[in-house]
Amino acid sequence: MTAKIAYEDVEVGTELPAQTFPVTRATLVRYAGASGDFNPIHWNEKFAKDVGLPDVIAHGMFTMAEAARVVTDWAGDPGAVVEYGVRFTKPVVVPNDDRGAVIEVSGKVAAKLDGNRVRVDLTAVSAGQKVLGMSRAVVRLA
Amino acid sequence: MALDQSFVGRTYPPTAPYEVGREKIREFAEAVGDASPAYTDPEAAERLGHADVIAPPTFVFAITFKAAGQVVEDPQLGLDYSRVVHGDQKFAYSRPVRAGDRLTVTSTIEAIKSLAGNDILDIRGEVHDEAGEHVVTAWTKLVARAAEEG
Repeated sequence: MTAKIAYEDVEVGTELPAQTFPVTRATLVRYAGASGDFNPIHWNEKFAKDVGLPDVIAHGMFTMAEAARVVTDWAGDPGAVVEYGVRFTKPVVVPNDDRGAVIEVSGKVAAKLDGNRVRVDLTAVSAGQKVLGMSRAVVRLA
Repeated sequence: MALDQSFVGRTYPPTAPYEVGREKIREFAEAVGDASPAYTDPEAAERLGHADVIAPPTFVFAITFKAAGQVVEDPQLGLDYSRVVHGDQKFAYSRPVRAGDRLTVTSTIEAIKSLAGNDILDIRGEVHDEAGEHVVTAWTKLVARAAEEG
């Protein structure tokens, strides 16, 4: 495990580089296949609307995977993530057009822990709505 | 109808081993658009101290959620899966999942709560490798929304 960021170089409040992640219907089809989650609310508009959703929504686990990238890209070694948890607060609604939706993720160091570990708090927003709550990762730095 | 509290603490038998494949990890990394070479290039993974390519942090959910199906589909528990949404998800790793791992999952019902007619189910999945070493624990909170009044 070799994170590229040194524990000494990080302070509480250090901001991680923010990233934006596009999501289209094609993204969701690909994720369904890769993850094995074929719930039709993620690809069938009629089904999604029949169960009371505004439209097809992204897999919560897809959003969770994208949010993690702000941490893993920063750390340099994805294996440096030792804990990661989120609450799914609002769905990412994905319209059937070329643009789809966008997930904006930012993060900052919220606490320095023992064993060269830090806690990073993440914020994920789509269409002006916070889509993840309590989104936190613990990372072991160099 | 509220779920039976006596199911709290129930542990289901370990699943048959799931063998983590390099190409499955590659497919998953491509699906989430993540170009980290740690997922696809064994030499790059080795330079980071890993024995083989590793999986992204959320990859293991596909395995633990399938295992949680034992709980979700337990006819004795009687969860209405058509009303279920994913509430929370958390992972705690002893080490990253890597290609070649043969992983088994042991699922336990950690908590059952009833809140405003919603059934809330906490399932813990303990993931071990072939040597019996702990790899990751996954906590999944499922919320079965209350049925509308007829």
